[in-house]
Amino acid sequence: MHTEKMWLDGNAAGGILRDVFAHEMTAALASCVGCGTVGPVGALLEYGQPMGIVLRCPRCDTPVLRIVRTPGFLRLDLSGLTLLTIPD
Amino acid sequence: MSSDIRAIPETAAPARLEWRVATVVDVRDETPRARTLVLNVPQWPGHRPGQHVDVRLVAEDGYQAQRSYSIASPPEEHTVALTVERLDDGEVSPYLVSELRRGDGLEIRGPIGGYFVWDVAVGGPLLLVAGGSGIVPLMAMLRRHARADASERSAVPVRLLYSARAPDDVIYRAELEQLADPPLVEVVFTFTRNAPPSWTGYRRRIDRAMLESVSWPPSAAPHAYVCGPTVLVESVATQLVELGHAASRVRTERFGPSG
Repeated sequence: MHTEKMWLDGNAAGGILRDVFAHEMTAALASCVGCGTVGPVGALLEYGQPMGIVLRCPRCDTPVLRIVRTPGFLRLDLSGLTLLTIPD
Repeated sequence: MSSDIRAIPETAAPARLEWRVATVVDVRDETPRARTLVLNVPQWPGHRPGQHVDVRLVAEDGYQAQRSYSIASPPEEHTVALTVERLDDGEVSPYLVSELRRGDGLEIRGPIGGYFVWDVAVGGPLLLVAGGSGIVPLMAMLRRHARADASERSAVPVRLLYSARAPDDVIYRAELEQLADPPLVEVVFTFTRNAPPSWTGYRRRIDRAMLESVSWPPSAAPHAYVCGPTVLVESVATQLVELGHAASRVRTERFGPSG
């Protein structure tokens, strides 16, 4: 599937994030493991990949959140995150 | 106990965002390159200004292409309007702008987004900064503002700074001129490539001096929404913060050059 998006930030990842999370995620606050910056997921920088997305910290470029879609699986890499604070 | 677990209704499970087939009920050409698609979406749950939808095209061989498009219409309308700019080497936008017809179906899911959204409850002053087709989600905010009741409206002054290459590239131009209602709603254009000799307004890219002149001072604590190409968004957001605006009040959405 071609996932190149019109946007280049976390706002555009809102759809695929809803495939993983029950909540709307672009307003969630993500804490970066690289530099400690806390900011909305919508403001992370998105690097579109053929199979998914990489969301990077706008300050230090650490990949904060990665989602890859393969046949039958969604793979989520959260190793760039220390905390996600999700509005409930 | 297991019967209790089974007794939980299925609707209690968190709903995934489902793809639905919308029907195109109207198309409107906005500029030579941009078209508005008005969609009737079954069971549309309503949206907030600034949200978007994902659009999916599936070829007969199963190949899929997916894009995100901002909603231009306010929540008060029962249809959902998307405005799409045609990018000639794109995979999706040429189809949406040049081939899709009234009565056709289109797979969408949404509404999506909780960060780049504004509603009357957020309040103002409201500073909107658009580059090119970045006007689309901001238009939903302006249209929502125009439909708010008089007391809500008067509590939220709005200023829009809209950068376009030339007057012909301005999306919603007639409506924007109609919505302008100074001092409550001010609309400021800047043309970066071509402007008629009679044009007395700005003729350059948005810069710090322009932002300082158009925006409120940081002491007025405006809510800023900046949408457009990445370079414009980064530069405007940085300059607003340098001018003293709180970074948490500057919300951004970047539109890329894909199609």
